[in-house]
Amino acid sequence: MFLKQLSILNFKNYEEAQLELSEKINCFLGNNGEGKTNLLDAIYYLSFCKSYFNPIDSQNIKHESPFFVVEGYYQNKDKEEVIYCGLKRNQKKQFKRNKKNYDKLADHIGRIPLVIITPLDILLIIDGSDIRRKFVDGIISQYDTSYLTNLLAYNKALNHRNLLLKSFWINRNFDKDSLDVWDDQLVQYGNLIYASRKKFIDDFTPIFQKYYTEISKDQEEVALEYRSQLNEGDFESLLKENLDKDRGNHYSNIGIHKDDLLFKLGGLQLKKFGSQGQQKTYLLALKLAQAELIKNISEEDVIILLDDIYDKLDGKRMSQLMGIVGSGNFGQVFITDTNLERIPSILTEEKINFKSFKIEEGSVKDV
Amino acid sequence: MHQISSSPFNNAVEKLASLPGIGNKTALRLVLQLLNRDQKEIEEFGAAFVDLSHQIQYCNSCFNISDTPICDLCSNTSRSNDLICVVENILDVIAIEKTNQFSGKFHVLGGIISPMEGIGPNDIKIPELIARITENPPKEIIMALSTTMEGDATNFYIYKKLANLNINVTTIARGVGIGDEIEYTDELTLGRSLLNRIPFQNTLSLK
Repeated sequence: MFLKQLSILNFKNYEEAQLELSEKINCFLGNNGEGKTNLLDAIYYLSFCKSYFNPIDSQNIKHESPFFVVEGYYQNKDKEEVIYCGLKRNQKKQFKRNKKNYDKLADHIGRIPLVIITPLDILLIIDGSDIRRKFVDGIISQYDTSYLTNLLAYNKALNHRNLLLKSFWINRNFDKDSLDVWDDQLVQYGNLIYASRKKFIDDFTPIFQKYYTEISKDQEEVALEYRSQLNEGDFESLLKENLDKDRGNHYSNIGIHKDDLLFKLGGLQLKKFGSQGQQKTYLLALKLAQAELIKNISEEDVIILLDDIYDKLDGKRMSQLMGIVGSGNFGQVFITDTNLERIPSILTEEKINFKSFKIEEGSVKDV
Repeated sequence: MHQISSSPFNNAVEKLASLPGIGNKTALRLVLQLLNRDQKEIEEFGAAFVDLSHQIQYCNSCFNISDTPICDLCSNTSRSNDLICVVENILDVIAIEKTNQFSGKFHVLGGIISPMEGIGPNDIKIPELIARITENPPKEIIMALSTTMEGDATNFYIYKKLANLNINVTTIARGVGIGDEIEYTDELTLGRSLLNRIPFQNTLSLK
């Protein structure tokens, strides 16, 4: 499936724009603040029913306009599909596929697989473990429907357990049987989540390594390490061993809510020892591996959005990247860059078909 | 909201609005509606609620609503003492009674364990249940609580408390609803139904 035509109305800094797109690679070129990324966001909207950058829908309406519309015409083999997203101020978002409203937006998500790569991805490396768990959870829930249910149940049980520990502490009492009830649920869901995450990392790592090597073209050895307290023993016995500690700081110290994903480079921590270029390459490989996994599972082409990736990548790695995304392995690709020549010249050199658009103050011109 | 300068009136509105599902506007309408009626009728209304607070008591055995220290269900000799059905509230008693499939005694917990809402085992009638069972052991306890995480936690807690009493603890079946179509059943329920499948023969003996 690919996006043939995109039309937007009053979306962010665009009053009106219509783009006829290439099935292969599309370049949005222009200076800072002209609206390149906003075009990517419009495409993201059509896949995920929301903005990647601003979670408040109404703030995506062009300043002082009453509404916005983003509409995409997709070609799915020999069929055409129209996805419409419209929002009037103070009204519910309208989301339609072939003119039919969705009952639940969740039914749409996943229909048009898409992976976005932006400079914000660096947070995966520098932020706390929470964002890495979300990254892993986000991918697993795309193919394992029960995973999200288990995760929600786990979090609920954890919340109950923490509040119970807190109430023991406030009331200066303790009831082992009351706590056991929640331990039981925690263990039941926690073990399922642990198994899913473990299997995911095992499946994901080789794909990731393949892309890292392809982009960097050198022998830097990369590895993903799934760190979990459950690696060190049975969840149930760990809970028992840590009971005193849990009671002491009235909080659950053991569980898959403490899991982390460690990014390793040549046996060392990427966060501390990787150069900016290596970190960037690492993130690209992670995201491309995510795209490949989604493609394999959904058996659909995956749209790739590359936002401002030139920053910090050398010319050699950039050509490798263009070679990978241009090979047609994934699906349609959208790239933004401030330099009008750089990417088009690489693509021409690599003999990859593409279409360029020049973006200027919220207007789009074919190049 | 605009107030009318009559304190009995406002008082009545406020009281009604404190009920769940009734907002200020509805309360206002109800009070105005009442004011249109005869004084006698209004007094009967008031008396009904006064009686409610004075005369209603809870059964000492099962904690169902009752006019007497032991409720009708508990004092009914044709109901078996060997079966106790544990439910969350009185609405559940009514629901189970409607099925005509149960002829044992009830135990109304008055809530389920939920630390998030600050409800622990001792805030509901669990200690009373344990005492009741220890004193007069039935053959079987049927746990008929909501199939939520909190319901399961309560089931498990009671199960553990009764573990040394050698009593058969069962729970109501979870699965596809009667008259439901498989394709519309959610995955979780259907998955559980498959895991807990029963011999077909058992379905034949049902009324």
